[in-house]
Order: sequence, then C-alpha cells, then structure tokens
Amino acid sequence: MSERVRRQVMSTACIIGFFVLWEVLCLMFHVSDIVLPRPSQVLATLWTRFPAIWPHALQTLYTTMVGFGFGIAIGILLGMLIGSSKLAYDVAYPMLVGFSSIPKVAVVPIFVLWFGAGTVPAILTAMIMCIFPIVVNVATGLAATEPELQDVMKTLRATKLEILWNVGLPRTMPYFFASLKVAATLAFVGTVISETVASNRGIGNLMMIASSSFDVPLVFAGLFILAALGVGLYIVFSLIEARVTGWAVRSDSFASGG
Amino acid sequence: MNAPLAHPKPRAADNVIELEKVRVTFGTAKNAVTALAETSLRIDKGEFVALVGPSGCGKSTILKLVAGTLDATQGNVFVAGREIGAGAARIGMAFQNPTLLPWLNIRDNVMLPLKIVPPFKESFSAKRKTEYRDRVEASLTQVGLGGFGDKFPWQLSGGMQQRASLCRALIHDPTLLLLDEPFGALDQFTREELWEIMQNLWIEKRPTVLLVTHDLKEAAYLASRICVMQARPGRIVDDSAVPFARPRTIEVSFEPDFVTLTQRLRQRIVAARAVQEIVS
Repeated sequence: MSERVRRQVMSTACIIGFFVLWEVLCLMFHVSDIVLPRPSQVLATLWTRFPAIWPHALQTLYTTMVGFGFGIAIGILLGMLIGSSKLAYDVAYPMLVGFSSIPKVAVVPIFVLWFGAGTVPAILTAMIMCIFPIVVNVATGLAATEPELQDVMKTLRATKLEILWNVGLPRTMPYFFASLKVAATLAFVGTVISETVASNRGIGNLMMIASSSFDVPLVFAGLFILAALGVGLYIVFSLIEARVTGWAVRSDSFASGG
Repeated sequence: MNAPLAHPKPRAADNVIELEKVRVTFGTAKNAVTALAETSLRIDKGEFVALVGPSGCGKSTILKLVAGTLDATQGNVFVAGREIGAGAARIGMAFQNPTLLPWLNIRDNVMLPLKIVPPFKESFSAKRKTEYRDRVEASLTQVGLGGFGDKFPWQLSGGMQQRASLCRALIHDPTLLLLDEPFGALDQFTREELWEIMQNLWIEKRPTVLLVTHDLKEAAYLASRICVMQARPGRIVDDSAVPFARPRTIEVSFEPDFVTLTQRLRQRIVAARAVQEIVS
C-alpha cells in the first residue's frame, strides 16, 4: 500500500514539476506571453474569463460526447460485422483504411456544405475520427476468440447469436475498452477541427478568435480545457474498464468486487 | 453442417451414436491428410465406450464429429437417430483443457449450459439465483469444490479448473456425455477420485458416454466397451467388451483379469504403433 502511495506521490510531483519548470524557464528567459504564456497566466485567464469560456467548453463537450456515442454504436456494429464475416472483412477493411487516411480537416467543408456550419459537422467529424480504432479493435477481438471457447458453446447447440453474446462480445471487451481510450481523445480532435473551420461556438472557435487577436493566453486556456476534458474522459473509461474487464488482467479487486 | 432436415433417415432409437462409413480428411488435394479412414461405429443407449490409441489416431476426431464441431468429409453421423446438427441429444462435453470462460466466476461457468440448453434456458432468469444456484453448488461440492463458486478460473489450480469443467459438462443432465481426456492433466489420486464419481454418476443416471483417453487403466475401469484405434489413417482395429461387475473399485484394477485385459490392449496398441512406423 505504501508502495502505491509513493508511486502516486512521485507521479503527481513529476507532473506538477513539468508546469513549474515551464513557469521558471519562461521567467528566466523573459519569454513574451504572445509567444508562450506561463502556466500561471493561463490559469489566471481561465479564472477571470471563465464566464466567457464556460459555454464554449460545454458546447465542445456536448458535441464530442454525441459524436463519440454515435461512433461507438457504429464502430461496434461494423466491428461485429467485419469480425464475423469474411466477405464483410474483405469489403469493409480496405474502404475503412482508405477513409481513415483522408485528413479529416478536408472532410469538414463537405459536411458544412451538406448540413450547414455549427454543431452537426462537429458531431460528424468527431464520429468519423473515433470509428476507425473501435472497428479495428472490436473486429480483432472477435477474430481472437479462442476456437475452444466457441466449441464449448457449439456442443451445447448454442445459436450464433448466443455464441456472440456469451463468448464473442465478452472476449472482445478488453480490446474494445483499449480502443475507447484512443477514440475518446480522437473525438475531441475531430470536434475542435470542425469548430475551428466552421462554427461560431465551441473551444475550437474560441481559440480561432483568440489567436486572430493575439490573445495567446486565451488560446492556451482553450488548450488546457481540451486537455482537461480529454483526461477526464480517459479516466472515466479507465474506471469502467477496470470494472468490466478486470478478468483480463486478473485483478484481485475485480475478483472480489465483481 | 449437412442439411439436417433434407434427408430425415429414420434410425433405430437405441443407437444413440452411429457413424456410417465416415471419412475425414484435412487440407486440399495435394496436402490432404486422412485423419479418419472409412469408419463405422455404433454406440447403444446407456453404453460407456472408451476410445484408446496412440496420438494422432483420430480419437478426438470421432469425438468432434459426434459433438458437431467438425463435419465429416464423407459418410453420415447420426446422434439419437438424427443426423448431426438436428440437435436431438442433450450433449455434455469435457475437454482436455478446462476451457472455462475467464470473465465468469466458477458458479456462472458451471451454470452456462443451463443458460443455453432447453428446457433449462426457458426458466433461466427466474431460477438462476435459486434452484440453479443450489444445483451448481451441489455439483461443485460433489467434486470437492464447495464454496469456490465465487472464485474466478485463474484463482484455481489446473486440477480444480478441470473439476469445474466436469461439473459444467454434467450440470444439465446430458443424455450423451463426451469426454476428451478430461482426467489427463490430473494427479493420480484426484484422477481415481474422479473416476469413482464418474462411475457412480453413470450408474445412477445412465447417460451414454464416449471417453477418449490414453490411459488403459482408466478405460478398463470406467468403460463397458473399449475401442482401440490405429493411426495413419485413423481407424478402429479392436472392439472389446469390459466384463467386470459394477460398481468397480480401484482394487479391481489389481486383479488378474483386469491386468490381462489392459495388457492385451497395450499389446494391440504397440502393434498398431509398429505398423504405423513402417508405413511412415
């Protein structure tokens, strides 16, 4: 237990140390806040302009979560399809790889053309950003299901659906959650790209306007907010992951609690 | 699966398992390996048949055919008078490895067949916390795993996992029990203990059992009939009844008749292996 506490103290100290170093270096070399604001300046900006930043942060969080939600749903369905059908694999995989190789910033104007500027393109961009890792991991998880475990179900005359539900999907969960942690951060990237290009709300838009008026501390305040949201989402999924897939790492807390 | 309903050939209900000129080959034309040469085998209801033979002789192939996890290249496999896949027999199977699902605790693992197999599945959600739970607990207690229901497979030793997997094979009162060397990885004493449990269960409920094993003593102790197989290509070369009265005790295995039988089977397998080496 003391080992764990020491590790946590050490890691927290290192993270705080990073920001302290940043602050000190900026002071030492007299870096202008138009080039690189100090963390204290960023925090001050966050504090004083919170009422102005707050609705943008909410907007970005909302769009990202909706896009992420759609991304998960479509990702799971596609992953299940690709993981369980050879034909679907052959057809969908090249298309997916091709599609995800397209820079998303190039797609945003098309969405704007179709749906107008604002929330919808941002949701869609967030969605397409996070579909790919989810599909790949769900498909991999299904393909990695041990044939022996499937045989157990087959001898019981289980239907395909029962095998998928009782063996395939639980077996896929560790892969799925690993992809969620990647996808959650990608979803924020997608939202912000779209907000930067075509929206009058959201952190991306805020940063766009702030940088055009050389309000660099505000730009960095936006970055801090995005980082905080990303970390928050990551933590949420890590906690769910520990509860659902503790068996995969043979964790004792899973065995006693679940 | 072969289309099960297209040719509903009636079979005598007594033959729980019937392999009719079955042949299994793996691979394509050039690299084809014959796992099982043309083989016919009949097993009557309530029989306890052991398949013995050297590795690679097709024992497990026969088991997979009957379990329905492998399709015959040629010939027909009937289970309970129906072509395999029609799903007439209630099958319980224990494998060489425990094959427990790692995300379920031991209780839920053992309960799995009750969730899948009719008629148990119909009332699964109603009884899982009451009747089925007691049933699983009783079964676990019988193999010495009472109180381990909440543990996860990785928290148990290999032998304990194997016992749990036997419980899973038996929990839904199968009429046909397929055992693929389930005692192989256990220590001598645990093995003999489980032999006894298995024999009592067979005497009590009389399922049809097909046991694949390397262990001649195990075959002679448990089975009412022993089929010796030979490899390359796999086929049955000897089929003899085991006459000893039941319930058999482990002491039976030291009696002259028992030793003579296992000796004879041993020589049969040694001869089969010799042929195999000349061929290959």
